[in-house]
Order: sequence, then C-alpha cells, then structure tokens
Amino acid sequence: MEKIFSRPKSLRNISTHYCPGCGHGIAHRLIAGVVDELGIRDKVIAIAPVGCAVLAYDYWDFDCTEAAHGRALAVATAIKRVRPQNIVFTYQGDGDLAAIGTNETIHAANRGENLTVIFINNAVYGMTGGQMAPTTLLGQKTATSPLGRNAQREGYPLKISEVLSQLSGVKYIERTSFYSPQEILKAKRAIKLAFQNQIEGIGFSLVEILSPCPTYWDMSPQKAMEWIANIMIKEFPLGRIK
Amino acid sequence: MVKDKRILMTGNEAIAEGAIQAGCRFYAGYPITPQNELTAYMAKHMPERDGIFIQAESELSAINMVFGASAAGVRAMTSSSSPGISLKQEGISYLAGTELPSVIVNMMRGGPGLGNIAPAQSDYFQATRGGGHGDYHSIVLSPSSVEEAYNFMFLAFDLADKYRNPVIILGDGMIGQMMEPLELTAVSCQLSAEYKKPWALTGCKARLPNIIRSLFLAEGALEERNLKLQKKYKEIQKAEQRLEELFSSDAEFILVAYGGMARIVKGTVKKLREKGFRAGLIRPITLWPFPQAGITQILNRLHRKKHLPIFLVVEMSYGQMLEDVKLAVDGKAKVEFLGRAGGGIPTEEEIINKIRRNGKNLFSS
Repeated sequence: MEKIFSRPKSLRNISTHYCPGCGHGIAHRLIAGVVDELGIRDKVIAIAPVGCAVLAYDYWDFDCTEAAHGRALAVATAIKRVRPQNIVFTYQGDGDLAAIGTNETIHAANRGENLTVIFINNAVYGMTGGQMAPTTLLGQKTATSPLGRNAQREGYPLKISEVLSQLSGVKYIERTSFYSPQEILKAKRAIKLAFQNQIEGIGFSLVEILSPCPTYWDMSPQKAMEWIANIMIKEFPLGRIK
Repeated sequence: MVKDKRILMTGNEAIAEGAIQAGCRFYAGYPITPQNELTAYMAKHMPERDGIFIQAESELSAINMVFGASAAGVRAMTSSSSPGISLKQEGISYLAGTELPSVIVNMMRGGPGLGNIAPAQSDYFQATRGGGHGDYHSIVLSPSSVEEAYNFMFLAFDLADKYRNPVIILGDGMIGQMMEPLELTAVSCQLSAEYKKPWALTGCKARLPNIIRSLFLAEGALEERNLKLQKKYKEIQKAEQRLEELFSSDAEFILVAYGGMARIVKGTVKKLREKGFRAGLIRPITLWPFPQAGITQILNRLHRKKHLPIFLVVEMSYGQMLEDVKLAVDGKAKVEFLGRAGGGIPTEEEIINKIRRNGKNLFSS
C-alpha cells in the first residue's frame, strides 16, 4: 500500500516534553514538514529561544543553536551574514521576541535581514510558570496579573507584528493560528512562504502563530482552541499584515 | 638607507588591523569611548577585506552577533569599554558555556557606573573571574604597547580556537588611544587554518546535525559539562601563563603592574636602578591564567640567594590584581599596594615616594 502521510524526515522520532494540548508540537512539525518539502534540511540552521521551546533542537533533525533570552535575531543576523548560502530561521515566543528581545527584533527587521521568523504567541510565559507576557490579553489572569491584566497598570497587549509591519526592511508578515485543522494548514502555507522568501532573497519574513497553552490558560486543550477562535483573534486579527 | 617599515597607529587601530590579519571575518560593535577608533577602522576595512562589519543596536546584540558568527565557524570579535563590557557579560557567559571561540576587547575606562572616559584598570575582577554568571574563565591578555596590542590579536584568535574559549584583550584608554610606531608583520596568521571546526553550524550536509547549547537539564549532565570546562581551564592554567620580568634576579623590591600602568612602572624601575636601588619588575601578560608559576619561581630564586623581596603592586584601581599577587606570593613576602582610579594614574613620583616611605624598614635592616 502506498504511504501518503508520515513523520517528516526533519523531525526526530522521540516522545514530547510539551504539555497535552500545547501548540509547540504542531509548530515544530509544520516547520519540519516545510523544510522537507523545500529540500533544505542540509542547509537549514535554526535558532531556538529561551522558553518552553528551548529544547526544539531535541526534535528537529538539522543544525540548531540556542540563543540567550531575546537575542535570537542577533545570533541569526550574524549566522546569515556569515553563511548567506544557508537558510536561517528563529523560533521565538512572545516574551522572547516582544519583551526582552524587542530591540533585537526591531533592528534585525529594520536592517531587512534575509531571515525567517516563526513567532509563537500564546499570551503567557510558559516555561517559568504562566506569568504575564507582552501579548497577554486585557483581563487575562496570569501568575503576575492575578486580578487580570489592567491597561492602566500593565498596558495593552503588544501587537508586535503590526509594529514591525511599519518598517521598510520587513517584506512579509502574516498572523495565523492553530485553532482548527484549516487554520493549521494556513499556518503551514505561511511558514512555507516565509522560507521561500528567504530562499529567493526577498527579505525579512515573520509568521505569527496564535498557539494554545492550556496549562497556563487553565483550560482543557479543546477549550484552549475555542478561546483562540472566540477571544484571542479579536485582539490579534488573523491574516496577512504585510 | 633602509626604509623604516614602521607606521604610526593608535592601539585601537592596531588591534583592529591585527584582528583582520589574524583572520577575523566578523566584527560587531556599538559606539563607546575610548574605543571608537577600533569600530571605525573595522567599518572601513572589514568590507574591503572579505569581512563583515555590523554596527549593532546594543552591546547585547553585538556580543550575541559574535555568538552567531562564531557558531557559524568564523573568527569573530567585538570591542567596547567598561560599561559596554558589563552589558556583554551575559553573552560572554553563553560563549564560555557553549565553548565558542571569540575575542572581546575591553578598553577600560573609569567606573563605577557611567564613570568617565579616562584610562582605568578597574575591570580586572570582572575580566579574570568570569564576569558573567556560572563557573567559567575567559583567557585575558594585557597589552602594554601598541605593537604588543597588534601582536596579541594573532595569539588571541589562536588561543580562542585552540581552547574553544572567549579571549579578552584587557587594555585601557591609554593603550587604546595613544599612537606608537609599529611594523605590521602578520606574525602568526597562518595558524588559523590549523583549527578545524567540525562542530560549527554549516548545515547538516553529509553529517549528523550539530547542536550548540549550554542548557543541560538531565540529572548530572550540567555537572559533567562543568567538569569538562574545569579540566580545560586547568590545561590553560598549565600551558598559557605569560609574564615579562626585568631585573628580578637580585631585586630587593619587585614592582608588579600590567598594561598601560606597567609602562610607567617600568620607567620607574629603570630610574630606581640608575639610582642604585635594586628594583625589579614583574609584568603579568596573561591576567587569566595569572602567571603564578613565574612569580613563585622568581620568589624561590631570590629566597635561595637569601633575598627577601618586598612586592609593590601598582594599579589604576584600588587593588584588584593585588589579590592575585598575594595568592601567588602565598605569604612568603610582604605585598604593598599603590593604586589610583577614576582618572588618576599613579605617577613615577608617587611610586618612588611609596617605596621611600616603606624604605626605612627596607634599607635599614
């Protein structure tokens, strides 16, 4: 019988450390699939963030490095400048990309570095126990906003993709989500385009993914997906931003 | 007439030129005085000599760009001055933890805080003790002239590659900004080819994927990693201690100074000799590993001749290298100290007065 669906070659066959219902596993798999489809496994260099996905290199079967918290795009900039023949991407969470690393993010984007950025927005810090993230929604309760995020006290959810879209160096930004199989397929198409852009030398491309964190949203995996579909996309509208 | 091949350069420019000749192909930096000539030299010369120059958005970014370039297998460096070097400490810790070869230049200025832009040596502890978090060491080289600063770049990149370790060039505003004649001889840049980097990130073509990491969560894994690093540091301590000594074989008092300060102290020692005082100089060249063995050897030699020298440590700080000298001397001789910082530089007169004040005990016995 012909095998029509299997684990991507770029994804190692190991059991996951992520929580049930976590979106990282989906994102890892989509990236591995795109790397396979584009035939770039032996050219890819990934930069894993600090956060739950720091162990991404345990899953991907290609060259990877860690980066200090927030510095992934500085590391990626240098790797790509030194080895323009390679395909370099960062995989970053909201705290990494839009709080501690905002400076690196904005300036790598503004320089128009020919890089691919996969930005996982789950509106909390997962690794450290569910603290408030720059993308935490108003009213959302976290370990460090126990009464719910309040605009007067903690400011508004940071729409970093919209901010970045203002920069001339940025060529492609799309916000996607994982709340349904159709949305996951859209996310995969966006990831593929972001890699193709780099291959063709088009420039800085970023895919934001609204991704579930059932553990720190205090929801079942199914409820978490519904929360993205019904609540989160109101604050973070899906679609192509640039 | 033989043509003088020497040219006039600042220490900052000489370091940049030395780095390029030593095979440095990536530089990232951020403006800060007194090292701006270095960054400007790199901006001008790296692109025309097959290198990459990036003015980073911050010191944090610059050091992490060095991390990326080194991970990708090229010789990479950054430079800054004291407050900027403080910002780089996290990155240096990561470079040490991931064992990425790298060169970091610190042209020290006065602190703490924003301080001022006058030469200082107040970052000795930071450079020699690790500086960032975790149990690690950078190799620290201390140039005392423009020519030596140039020559040390070849050594620095070689040591970085050989031991897969960060190397700090610890200069000061004086070394960085003064001009001296030097001959650009490209002393040892051929060594770069010897160090293969099979660990570098180049894409996993025809090999297993490479992973660069300092995170080790499995039980015992981080301790194992640390023991490996400690073993490397012991090897470095054994093989790489360097010092310069002058008139130390019969010295009654030995002055110890490094970098820019050592130039003044060297002049003072020569002057004291002319006046008939048996003064000697020890100039540590590697600050880590500290040249403990050489100091012990000098001390033992003097003891065998029944000399009991007194040490005088002179620094542009309030006593940082002093601690290493005391550890090296290990109670076998008296160790005195003279130091100024925050823009003050101990003068020849102050050094001589210091010796004369203690001189009563020294010469009366």
